[in-house]
Amino acid sequence: MAGYAVELRAVWKRFLGPAGETVAAVKELSLQIADGEFFALLGPSGCGKTTTLRMVAGFELPSDGEVLIQGKPMGKTPPYQRPVNTVFQNYALFPHMTIGENVAFGLQMQKVGRQEVQRRVGDALEMVRLSGLERRRPKQLSGGQQQRVALARALVNRPQVLLLDEPLGALDLKLRKEMQLELKKLQREVGITFVFVTHDQEEALTMSDRIAVMDAGVALQVGSATQIYEQPNCRFVADFIGETNFLEGSVQQLQGGQALVELPGGLSVWASMAQPVAVGNPVTVAVRPEKLTLRPLEAPLANQLQGQVVDQVYIGTDTYYSVRLASGQTIRVREQNNLAALRQGAQPGDTVCVQFVAETASVLTG
Amino acid sequence: MLQSLRENRRWQGFLLILPALLVLGLLLVLPLGLTVVTSFAQRDVDGNVIYTFTLGNYWRLLGFTETGWDDLYLKILLRSLALALQTTTVVLLLAYPLAYFIARAPQRRRNLLLFWVLVPLWTNFVIRIYAWVMILRSQGVLNSTLGAVAGLVDLPWQPLDLYPSQSAVLIGMVYEFLPFMILPVYTSLEKIEPALYEAAADLHANALQTFWRVTIPLSMPGVIAGTILTFVPVIGTFVVSDILGGRQVILVGNLVQRQFLDARDPPFGSAASIVLLGITLVLTLYYTRRFGLGEEIAAG
Repeated sequence: MAGYAVELRAVWKRFLGPAGETVAAVKELSLQIADGEFFALLGPSGCGKTTTLRMVAGFELPSDGEVLIQGKPMGKTPPYQRPVNTVFQNYALFPHMTIGENVAFGLQMQKVGRQEVQRRVGDALEMVRLSGLERRRPKQLSGGQQQRVALARALVNRPQVLLLDEPLGALDLKLRKEMQLELKKLQREVGITFVFVTHDQEEALTMSDRIAVMDAGVALQVGSATQIYEQPNCRFVADFIGETNFLEGSVQQLQGGQALVELPGGLSVWASMAQPVAVGNPVTVAVRPEKLTLRPLEAPLANQLQGQVVDQVYIGTDTYYSVRLASGQTIRVREQNNLAALRQGAQPGDTVCVQFVAETASVLTG
Repeated sequence: MLQSLRENRRWQGFLLILPALLVLGLLLVLPLGLTVVTSFAQRDVDGNVIYTFTLGNYWRLLGFTETGWDDLYLKILLRSLALALQTTTVVLLLAYPLAYFIARAPQRRRNLLLFWVLVPLWTNFVIRIYAWVMILRSQGVLNSTLGAVAGLVDLPWQPLDLYPSQSAVLIGMVYEFLPFMILPVYTSLEKIEPALYEAAADLHANALQTFWRVTIPLSMPGVIAGTILTFVPVIGTFVVSDILGGRQVILVGNLVQRQFLDARDPPFGSAASIVLLGITLVLTLYYTRRFGLGEEIAAG
């Protein structure tokens, strides 16, 4: 594949703030989204993810930098001339048109012949399992059905890239789970590049091939779900995706991609380096609750912290423990309930050891 | 008594609509009934109403008089109809772009713009129409301004003979009813979700296509309300034509007024007003059915 489906080159978007000041919603963002990829822009509200999507769609123009679609610089190309289609957050279905007319709209605007419009609308509605509802109005459909109409209305145009703005945000939890899998399946079937915006990390992890985690207009980390979850490259990503314990300390020693970090209280732990650090740097060790294991106070091992269990929450598959370390910090430990013997060993009040493998922890600056 | 009222929903409902029923009964149904009855009556030589049953007044309106065929009244009806249609059309063409402009202005500026639309309504209706006499008459503001401009650029200049004329009546009507079109059209335009415009652009519709396929259909409820609010009063009004038509432009409204006040022929005036009412009712009903205050739009 010669080019990317979507490429952003050092894109800036500045707005005029309420007091006349300039606010940068997107700061020097560069992204490459491959053909056929399911790509997520993930971040908290106000991080610039929707603005980024709108610049690809053409609703906003970059203040600086360039947006390319299939290798073509978009410049000031208006939305209606871009080879992309959007699924809007609240679907934005035309209330005065039937479902069939809604889906046919894009094709009619492109002057596609009547019979072909009819055929493709039929196919699109069949694809989203809404055949037979052509004559209904959007108001007569449920939220999930409207969502699928919005999908059909966009996909019927066979866009080179499909943009989805929080497409599942308005659905209830159960339906959202269903639609996540359905969207993923649909994307594999049609083979179109999907770029979707979400603030729901679980949604992003479930559906995407790759994720860009954004904060304050910057893409902090771009990678697969595994990379982002297992090897977060900064504290924000580690914190935003899933649950993480942060242990503050300073670098004592470096060895083969790992760093020995001295924690308050004189203990030192090994963890893998996600960012370049030097001896003496203040750093944070990020380690997820499920990577920690509880051990009885026995033979001292490497990467072992001592603490007291202060709380224990049983959630069925797993049990959560809160352990207060000697430094006073409380960390969370998540243990799977397949080792009944060990679990029984840790009750609130017990003094225990918390141990982890160096590869599962990341050394982060800041 | 009070206890039983508290439990009787039907009586509560009746009591609540009673004031409105009284007002409507006394001020609308009763006079309308009297007018219908009078329209079938005759008058004697002194102008007293003799209550009989005759269709003579209606025949006379249609042109069959005792002295033969005379289409005077039919012409008046047609002129009123034509003027009302012209007024409504011009008002719609002027009001729509303005309402669109206001609806798409920044939120804070919209209220100010609407305020400006309404400012003229603070002045008395008759005074505003007289102001148009000052503007349009041969020595008026318009002609002296145009004359001065023509003098400056050295062009031959004939003062426009606008007042009194049917054109002057049209101008006055348009001016008078513009706000009644702007407001409902604005309301329905303002209700259109901006995301729908983006959706249309996203689906490859250019600005013109978006306007035809999205903006106009979704603003139809406002257009329908506005045209009714304009057409119905215009077809019955007599003040504007009286003042700006200089008593030469006779509309149905003027006819009714004169039959009652000058000609002292209430039965004929009643017949004319019943015909006017009938025409208005039929046209309005046809119009709303045809362009439908469709349920999905009305509900939306």
